[in-house]
Amino acid sequence: MITSIEELQELAQIKKSQNDANPREIEIDMTSNFYTKQTRIVLENEGIIDPEDIEDYIAHDGYIPLFKVLDEMSPKDVIEELKISGLRGRGGGGYPAGLKWESVSKVQSEQKYIICNGDEGDPGAFMDRAVMESDPHRVLEGMAIAGFACGADKGYIYIRAEYPIAVKRLTRAIKQATKLGILGQNIAQSGFGFTIEIRLGAGAFVCGEGTALIASIEGGRGHPRQKPPHLSDHGLWGKPTILNNVETFANIAPIIKNGGEWFKSIGTQNSSGTKVFALSGHIKNTGLVEVPMGTTLRELVYDIGGGVEDGRKFKAIQSGGPSGGCIPEHLLDLEVDYESLKEVDSIMGSGGLIVMDDSSNMVEIARFFMDFCANESCGKCTPCRVGTTQLTGLLDKFIAKEATKHDFTLLKEMCLVVKSTSLCGLGQTAPNPVLSTIKYFEDEYLAGICDD
Amino acid sequence: MSTATDDRYNALEKIIKKLGYEKNALLEVLHNAQGIFGYLGLDTLKFIAKRLQLPYSKVYGVATFYSNFRLKPKGRHNIVVCAGTACHIKGADKILQKIEQRYGIKAGETTSDEALSLLTARCVGTCSIAPVIVFDEDIKANVSLENPLCDIEESIK
Ligand SMILES: Cc1cc2nc3c(=O)[nH]c(=O)nc-3n(C[C@H](O)[C@H](O)[C@H](O)COP(=O)(O)O)c2cc1C
Ligand code: SF4
Ligand code: FES
Repeated sequence: MITSIEELQELAQIKKSQNDANPREIEIDMTSNFYTKQTRIVLENEGIIDPEDIEDYIAHDGYIPLFKVLDEMSPKDVIEELKISGLRGRGGGGYPAGLKWESVSKVQSEQKYIICNGDEGDPGAFMDRAVMESDPHRVLEGMAIAGFACGADKGYIYIRAEYPIAVKRLTRAIKQATKLGILGQNIAQSGFGFTIEIRLGAGAFVCGEGTALIASIEGGRGHPRQKPPHLSDHGLWGKPTILNNVETFANIAPIIKNGGEWFKSIGTQNSSGTKVFALSGHIKNTGLVEVPMGTTLRELVYDIGGGVEDGRKFKAIQSGGPSGGCIPEHLLDLEVDYESLKEVDSIMGSGGLIVMDDSSNMVEIARFFMDFCANESCGKCTPCRVGTTQLTGLLDKFIAKEATKHDFTLLKEMCLVVKSTSLCGLGQTAPNPVLSTIKYFEDEYLAGICDD
Repeated sequence: MSTATDDRYNALEKIIKKLGYEKNALLEVLHNAQGIFGYLGLDTLKFIAKRLQLPYSKVYGVATFYSNFRLKPKGRHNIVVCAGTACHIKGADKILQKIEQRYGIKAGETTSDEALSLLTARCVGTCSIAPVIVFDEDIKANVSLENPLCDIEESIK
């Protein structure tokens, strides 16, 4: 059992000297452009520590921020630091984490909950998986700090069942931390206690949405509900609840360790820190990259990604998954942050970036996402349940080159109806890929119209 | 077989007991039941409804809402074709078509000799090596569009 920061530091020292005596082989070539262009905060330990050994995490300064919080800071101090940092939620919406925590900390309640959203539903994104698998303790530490700041003593991690290794490593991490007294009752004799349990998803994209996720943890169908009431008042079992994404929690310990000002100095004015992107598609270097907010798409695609594969021509880059958009070549110098992506009718989303070469058909890509949303629609509200299916059918007509001019008008109108009348984020954003491809690649739609 | 003499039901009963017969542990119970039986048969769902004192309609509704739950037994082998975005633009639909043609089944079905079940996934989280299929537990990277089954066809019996 570790009961003080001194004991933790002592353990870190012992493990450090053991590590120095038997250095782990690190297989990555840190000198290539792929790495030198990156700034690693969230992924700083990826591939460097042994994710199954809590001592290795501690030897890399792990849990020292948590103990520092318990020793020296008040919940208010933590929230203040977080507000200074400007950290915004990495799960898609970009809501300031400090404000979210503050509102829950102010609510009076006997019981509050912290939930980590590890559902990672966007097809083409795998950042959260990497964090959970390569550095699970970092997530637990972020959650425990959230618990302290908001007055919650219980946390849940909701993970998709498709990630068995992440489940295994997090389960192990929770056990190890509990055994050392880093989780559990009265951590570091501070009077603060925090426990964490894992809940498995079962393959429903909509369960990434906050209210649906909670319905799922409560054992029911993952149907979203109308907001308000917001989770900060009425969350899990009706209690005030913080829901943050895996990557959001992974940023907490570094912010406590280095200070909010440090974090604020990285990235852009309104989007501080780094973002992990999953680069994939028709690109030479695929994989996870972590760069400061404000890095341009061109740097991501060409300097880090090595450009389009097989010598083909770049056509578009898709960001934000089924709620996002396709960004064309002339916008490649865009400095990526929450606002700039919105301005070009896409979104940050969770960080999937999919490069498409000139062989890709944009109407077909739009149809792919619409079909995805139609399949994943929970069916609770009509505009989404019926609208996404109708839209898929309309897009089919364009692909078959059998659409009429009227179909094109109908397509655009229906997109707006589904967007403005659906109950939850799934339906509200489902038309985005269609609208963005119409904006930038309208000629491909026009080519599908046969009654000119 | 009656539920009382079937060891698998005893195992399930133990788990339900451990979870305190909690109604809100339904998803956990379903995950466990699928682990024990390989799928969720109607009898199993009825058993769970009874033990958790939930309406059968609720249990059935939850089991069918989530795509990871199977109401039919699966084959001896499993192929999951990833149909996520990264795999899609690398030709996942062609892979799926080839396998569907080869075995005469559609995604979501099992061959009549129960040798193979074919499934699709939203993304298996390894997009950098797309297109990907998962054969039983193994992830196959950069699958060939022409011959997606080249090194596994032998093992499907
Ligand atoms: C349909 C839908 C799916 C979502 N899927 C996820 C997801 O897989 N992971 C995630 O972190 N957030 C997801 N979100 C966003 C969450 O609802 C929520 O905003 C987020 O987890 C809050 O955490 P953050 O503030 O740290 O980003 C989804 C939202 C919607 C509408
Ligand atoms: S918008 Fe779609 S997913 Fe959301 S509640 Fe309505 S039907 Fe369900
Ligand atoms: S899209 Fe296939 S692994 Fe992610």
